[in-house]
Amino acid sequence: MAQHPFTEHIPSLRRYAIALLRDRALADDLVQDTLERGLHKFSLFQRGSDVRAWLFTIMHNLFVNQLPNARRWLHNAPPEDIPSGDELAEEMVTARDFMQALQLLSVEQRTIILLIGLEQLSYEQAATVLNLPVGTVMSRLARARERLRVLMHGETGPQLRRVK
Amino acid sequence: MTQTTPLSEDDIQAYVDGRLAPPRRAEVDAYLAMNPDEAERVRAYQNQNQMLHGLFDRVLDEPLPEQLAAVTAAKAPRQLYRVAAMLAWVVVGGLGGYLLRGEVTTTVMVAEPFTERAAVAHVVYTAEMLHPVEVGADQEAHLVQWLSKRLGHPLHTPDLAKFGYQLVGGRLLPGEKGAAAQFMYQTKTGTRLTLYVSVKDSEMEQTAFRIEEENGQPVMYWVDNNLGFALVGEKDRKKMLEIARVAYQSMSF
Repeated sequence: MAQHPFTEHIPSLRRYAIALLRDRALADDLVQDTLERGLHKFSLFQRGSDVRAWLFTIMHNLFVNQLPNARRWLHNAPPEDIPSGDELAEEMVTARDFMQALQLLSVEQRTIILLIGLEQLSYEQAATVLNLPVGTVMSRLARARERLRVLMHGETGPQLRRVK
Repeated sequence: MTQTTPLSEDDIQAYVDGRLAPPRRAEVDAYLAMNPDEAERVRAYQNQNQMLHGLFDRVLDEPLPEQLAAVTAAKAPRQLYRVAAMLAWVVVGGLGGYLLRGEVTTTVMVAEPFTERAAVAHVVYTAEMLHPVEVGADQEAHLVQWLSKRLGHPLHTPDLAKFGYQLVGGRLLPGEKGAAAQFMYQTKTGTRLTLYVSVKDSEMEQTAFRIEEENGQPVMYWVDNNLGFALVGEKDRKKMLEIARVAYQSMSF
């Protein structure tokens, strides 16, 4: 029996949801809701169009519309003071700093970085998913990357203050 | 110089993502060679993409959870309440954690009292033959749900099988200002490892991953996402770090 056309996209939907929500149980529920919504609406899907972008669009809309509270929570992830690193675990500290910096981005910024940097959607696919013009996607992407860079390196951003 | 349109920020972004056609890419290469600050910025952006893949690609190799594998097989429509319910819990946890932080103190680093409690709990319960845990690994889902609820944060049991450790179970313990949890693991030869988790209190500083000695027992500890974690029982520092990495990742997302 042929595999369902959604199946091959599930791992990447999960990866995105986990990176976005930082909570596996919640992420799997979001993916499940996405798949179920997708199955429900599958008759509306145009044959030959992009299943992957379509599923990401459904997930994005579920995330944004159904979870207004998430925005507040994701925005408010509090900044932390981070002491200078122990060379023993420098790599892990970098990973943690990165995770925390990612959490300090706005939902809009994080979404775009994950769709393009992690899921490697094309700029056009990302524009479809987010229902934005490609030009807006590009400028938002540039701002998001720059903010993440500043958060990681602390050049002008007070958000990730480093203390001894 | 050939006549081309000037480089834009869009070209820089597309360069970072490897999506420029070769002639344009060469132009950006030339530009970056002339502008070290810009090259530095581009490297930072490329590094962001690498970090994302390094952190999250392992999800792609995981077996699909039952709930997802089943969806495309069974097609019963269903109300979409689950995410909202889960989220309410996470929101409460997140805000609670935010309030718990209190004022930020910038005191010098002191020995974390929670590592001491972790070491004591390790010694007391790993010596126990009959009742090392309250809830056994055979009820892992219940154990995780219960302790998550008591600590007010979603917890997970890291899979430490590749280090030879199998989950024995866990228990609820008193922390300094509330509940703490201990997960116990054991090798085939009976060596026991414990992972102690305690809600971050105002005394806990966000630390790097550190190892300290408590009564001759190395304790690896870190604080993340409003929780303090301490690993006790493994003598090999390198292995301890590897275990901590897995525990950190599975507890973080």
